[in-house]
Amino acid sequence: MKNFWKFLLFVLMTIVIIGTFVPPIVQYPKSFFEFPLIPGLEDKARIIFFHVPTAWLTVLAYLLAMFYGIRYLKRKDMYDDIKSVSAAALGFVFCILATVTGSVWAKFTWGSFWHWDPRETSIFILLLIYGAYFALRSALDSEEKRARLSAIYSIIAFLTTPFFIFIMPRLMIGLHPGSLEIDPATGQVRASSNPVIKFEMAANMRVVFFLSLIAFTILFFWFWNLAHRILKLEHVSQKEI
Amino acid sequence: MKKIFYIFYKDFSSELRMRFALNALIMFVVVAVSTILFSLGSESVAPNVYAGMFWVVVFFSAMSGLSRVFVSEEERGTTLILSLIANPVTVFLGKFLFNLVLIFFINSVIALLYMFLFQEFLIQNWNSFLLAYVLGNFGISASSTIIAAIISKANVKGTLYPVLAFPVLLPLILMLIEITKSAMEGNPISDVEAELLVLISYDVVMITASILVFDIIWRD
Amino acid sequence: MNEIILRVRELKKNFNRRLVFDKLNFEVKSGERLVITGKNGSGKSTLLKILAGVLTESSGSVEYILNQKKIDRENIYQIIGLVSPYLVLYDEFSAFENLSLFAKIRNLKISDDEINKILTRVGLLERKNDLLRTYSSGMKQRIKYASAILHNPLILLIDEPTSNLDIEGKNFVEDLILNFREDGFVIIATNESQDFKYGNRIINLDEYKNNKNK
Ligand SMILES: Nc1ncnc2c1ncn2[C@@H]1O[C@H](COP(=O)(O)OP(=O)(O)O)[C@@H](O)[C@H]1O
Ligand SMILES: [Mg+2]
Repeated sequence: MKNFWKFLLFVLMTIVIIGTFVPPIVQYPKSFFEFPLIPGLEDKARIIFFHVPTAWLTVLAYLLAMFYGIRYLKRKDMYDDIKSVSAAALGFVFCILATVTGSVWAKFTWGSFWHWDPRETSIFILLLIYGAYFALRSALDSEEKRARLSAIYSIIAFLTTPFFIFIMPRLMIGLHPGSLEIDPATGQVRASSNPVIKFEMAANMRVVFFLSLIAFTILFFWFWNLAHRILKLEHVSQKEI
Repeated sequence: MKKIFYIFYKDFSSELRMRFALNALIMFVVVAVSTILFSLGSESVAPNVYAGMFWVVVFFSAMSGLSRVFVSEEERGTTLILSLIANPVTVFLGKFLFNLVLIFFINSVIALLYMFLFQEFLIQNWNSFLLAYVLGNFGISASSTIIAAIISKANVKGTLYPVLAFPVLLPLILMLIEITKSAMEGNPISDVEAELLVLISYDVVMITASILVFDIIWRD
Repeated sequence: MNEIILRVRELKKNFNRRLVFDKLNFEVKSGERLVITGKNGSGKSTLLKILAGVLTESSGSVEYILNQKKIDRENIYQIIGLVSPYLVLYDEFSAFENLSLFAKIRNLKISDDEINKILTRVGLLERKNDLLRTYSSGMKQRIKYASAILHNPLILLIDEPTSNLDIEGKNFVEDLILNFREDGFVIIATNESQDFKYGNRIINLDEYKNNKNK
């Protein structure tokens, strides 16, 4: 039973990989195993099964890092800091993956690697915050100070997130699904007509999408569990003075 | 309240004697503004580019001077005596006040230089610009002070400061640029109501949060 | 008459992986004089910093109880005076300016005359307008004493009391410790056996080194 999760992960990942690459994209899907054609996107629509989960894990990892950071401040247990930094390290990796998958895809769909739409800006800021978090940690040589100050920094940086989620999309032109745009004729805000923005998933795509989210989340927790256990072992093995 | 003022007063008198921050700041502003001047030459750029350049210079001068409040205490080893004569909230607010005065001063210098040197830097709606200017200074001072407290405990203080401060200050700077643009175009203040509200909430959130966490940073 | 109690429970401090002390338990009351001793690096200075509330403990608790009421951590600075080799005052100001700034920041109602009186006690009156930058190490030690007694604290924490002091300075310290206010107490961290006589109780930190339960 101990390996049930790993088995489940294997099955889910297999389904997600097959579900991503195998179903043909046709104009009028007749069977459950065909995806509908979206003009302007075609095969490029498949990225969503990988891109969105990495972005989701970037955010989840940050929340975990902050949660365990706050717990460290409360309990002063070095193991909380180890959990926090492991989550942040994985978050950093997934943040890079989300940025790279997104910008490669943007190159082929929107013509260039980077556009500064609200989501792109947000992930870039998150990348900077992760970078700053690790820069701060490496500049502190006492374990306790490192744990304490990086936890504080993660809280302060987190305070700016409402801005990126709620305010910035009003200020900048969005290219991601769900964004609004300004109607050039009337000056009114309206739902955008861009193919990516009004992108809606067919039922069968949605199944693959949510399975992928679940699979990546399990994968993340597996990695995280391994990472903080390894760091704990290192920590314990050095603890002899 | 008095205690906070006297922390400020201590830093202010020592600044008058030692010029920890002010010289660096003034030199920085002069260098930054002349660089812009030289690179523009006789070309004229769109007015709203100046709005961006104005706040960029403000951001970097904040980064070059505002960390001194804690770094100089830490470097000279006076953190201990300061924590023996005042409680953490008083210390934070005193330092915040000092940075606030400093940033008000330096921003006024930058604004005056801009108005003299760049004819296109013309504010049409002073109300919205001044509101943004005041609220912006509060926000910059709050974030800069708390980040300064964090980096004063680290080994490489100078380079770390902008790295940590940039993501935290970015929302503020973006708002300030928007409002300044609108003020330069002469739009009514109601156009930037939302932005001003964001500035107010930023200031309130940052000052409150800083007071809450400062104690943890301050005590070794 | 005030009654102040310091209660230290299961106090433990480690710096990263180095254990400094563990399972430290003691109580100090008004009128007592406690001497803390131990080898170099046994944690005397560390303990005093924790007691002064400027360093956080790893676990355990430090409580000050004034007239049956527990004092909040943020406020213990008002009743404590600390003299320590780590203490550095503002060397761009003179002795008088330092003390007068501290009095203002502490919000004390204290006149310039009273500050001068304290400066006379520590023997710095003639040099009171010189910047601390120009002070010798013995003079710096004296001004630390002045800053520690400025607010007439209930508790005096002294780390290495007589370091850098001449005979006159040592006499001042002896007088200060032995005639300290009766409703307060003094804790002295020292290695000099000649200082042991100041205490009516001794704690040796070397006895709290190893973590026996481990
Ligand atoms: N800031 C610090 N970081 C790491 N170790 C420290 C620090 N301060 C003190 N120590 C260590 O704690 C121990 C106790 O130091 P200290 O309290 O200064 O000893 P004492 O005053 O009894 O000579 C020493 O081993 C010292 O190396
Ligand atoms: Mg010592």
